[in-house]
Amino acid sequence: MIQTVEGKGRYGRFGGQYVPETLMGALTELEEAHDSALADPAFREQLNSYLKDFVGRENPLYFAERLTEAAGGAKIYLKREDLNHTGAHKINNALGQALLAKRMGKRKIVAETGAGQHGVATATACALLGLECVVFMGKEDIRRQELNVFRMELLGTRVESVDKGAGTLKDAVNEALRYWVAHVEDTHYILGSALGPHPFPKIVRDFQQIIGQETKRQILDKEGRLPDAVVACIGGGSNAIGMFHPFVEDENVALYGVEAAGGGISTGQHAAAIAEAKEGVLHGAYMYVLQDEDGFIQEAHSISAGLDYPAVGPEHCHLHDIGRVQYTSATDAEALEGVQLLAQKEGIIPALESAHAIHFAFGLAKKMQSDDILVVCLSGRGDKDVQTVRDALGGGVQ
Amino acid sequence: MSKYTLTAAIRKRNAEGLSAFIPYMMAGDGGLEVLHERISFLEEAGADAIEIGIPFSDPVADGEVIQEAGSRALQRGVTLRKVMSTLQVQSHKIPLVIMTYLNPVLAYGLPKFVADCECAGVNGLIIPDLPHEERGLLSDALEAKDIALVPLISLTSSTERIEKIARAAEGFIYAVTVNGITGVRSGFSSDLMNHLTDLKRIANVPVLAGFGISTPEQVREFSSVTDGVIVGSAIVTAFHEGKLDKIQSLIKAGQTAVKH
Repeated sequence: MIQTVEGKGRYGRFGGQYVPETLMGALTELEEAHDSALADPAFREQLNSYLKDFVGRENPLYFAERLTEAAGGAKIYLKREDLNHTGAHKINNALGQALLAKRMGKRKIVAETGAGQHGVATATACALLGLECVVFMGKEDIRRQELNVFRMELLGTRVESVDKGAGTLKDAVNEALRYWVAHVEDTHYILGSALGPHPFPKIVRDFQQIIGQETKRQILDKEGRLPDAVVACIGGGSNAIGMFHPFVEDENVALYGVEAAGGGISTGQHAAAIAEAKEGVLHGAYMYVLQDEDGFIQEAHSISAGLDYPAVGPEHCHLHDIGRVQYTSATDAEALEGVQLLAQKEGIIPALESAHAIHFAFGLAKKMQSDDILVVCLSGRGDKDVQTVRDALGGGVQ
Repeated sequence: MSKYTLTAAIRKRNAEGLSAFIPYMMAGDGGLEVLHERISFLEEAGADAIEIGIPFSDPVADGEVIQEAGSRALQRGVTLRKVMSTLQVQSHKIPLVIMTYLNPVLAYGLPKFVADCECAGVNGLIIPDLPHEERGLLSDALEAKDIALVPLISLTSSTERIEKIARAAEGFIYAVTVNGITGVRSGFSSDLMNHLTDLKRIANVPVLAGFGISTPEQVREFSSVTDGVIVGSAIVTAFHEGKLDKIQSLIKAGQTAVKH
């Protein structure tokens, strides 16, 4: 329906900069600062040194032997983003953008968070670099992720509860955007996913692609060849784009993105925007967006707060359109199975987000040959979700 | 000149040596059944055009007052389609300007939306999440139609951008007077008046100030340096509270302000 428009930050027909005029200057400044930072060896060295000594990179690519045996198909490797400081991949981007903010002379940070992982990562980066930080978080998410709220507060961040809408990630982004518009002159917005107006999707990808770069190096070391398949979960799509991007040109590597199907796609209670395939504009970008026939944005539904967003980042939309990545989904119930499977076969409790990828990957591995190689991005650890999982399982393990 | 009506309505008031006044109202706040009644009230009170806001699920450019009015309208099931069909029922003498976020327009379908605007007496569109660089998305569909795509210029717009936007401007230039979202403000930045004066010098269309203007004093202050003002939140609140005399005094304040 949409015509192709010449514009900045396009991924095919997706992306763009659909924001109030007040933010356009800041986006241009950010784009220039980001380009110049990446071209500056001193910036890269500083970032790499923090990634190594503060975050703990590089993290392992782990051969999941018992999971592999249980599947009886492809060899399954896990990229251990869950071992990063703060427990998820989110720190890669939060740290990069916080350094960028400092370089731009902006000492104040605003961010949104869903599961709280990006909020905690941002609060952590701000504490590390001495930046003032406010995080907007939906009321419902605050309830679901109480401990992460306290973690942020411990780190010196102010957490603002958002009770508009359903009180989830979308509403937190709205409020963070409003705050940014009002404070744009001294504040940088650390967007946590591969979403939003250009240059955010590119910045987030640039800071997350270390996931795929390390994976590539590590699998070549261990197996002497690239994997046959790579799997990652998709909310906005930051861990997935970070994992996929270095493999996009390697045509023999099949890429799979797993959306959150919530109660099931057919129930309408889900977060699978690509499965729904309706195009539109939300939070500054043209994407696949869950919406009704009047163009009102619909609430997403997922047991995992981090995937509870009604759109998917513009680059994923494009990778779907050109058929380079296959997008599929896993339900809440399947994610819960994924949590238990990985916990019991490997002694790793994954984040509910990552458990979507685990569940799909396990099924995929079964259909592959024993000399095939499959890599799953284990984007985060599950400590934050233990309460949710216990409640969902009715207090007992199935 | 195709995009004529909206500019002419403002210029007509300016030709009397007076400042133009455009009130904003949230369509469907109070029910769609009062939409025409409220438009007629504003028209009779002396508005030169009326900005009609469309409720949206994610109004990121709006402050509390307009967000709440939008929520009330959404609860009544108000949509862009329903507003457009209501507007087509009755015509008004002054031009209407639709203020909507982009996604409802895309969902409506561009050709049908433009055709329905023409039937409904809509002569202008304000789309806060469609900056200059992305306006090509709508401008083809609006070509040769008497519907101006009104641009916003903010305090953070660079000189280069201001010139680019001003050159392409249609209808009028909406000069955003604060860094922030819509809503009532007590003070404005000191550089603002210089910014507005500069803007007026380079603009080929009228320059109207808006965002945060809520009292007769502020209306008079801005009217003296621009071609007119837009008042939103204060009008929305007055309608909601049934204090119509407040609306009359705001409009009167605008139009008694002699332009220099």
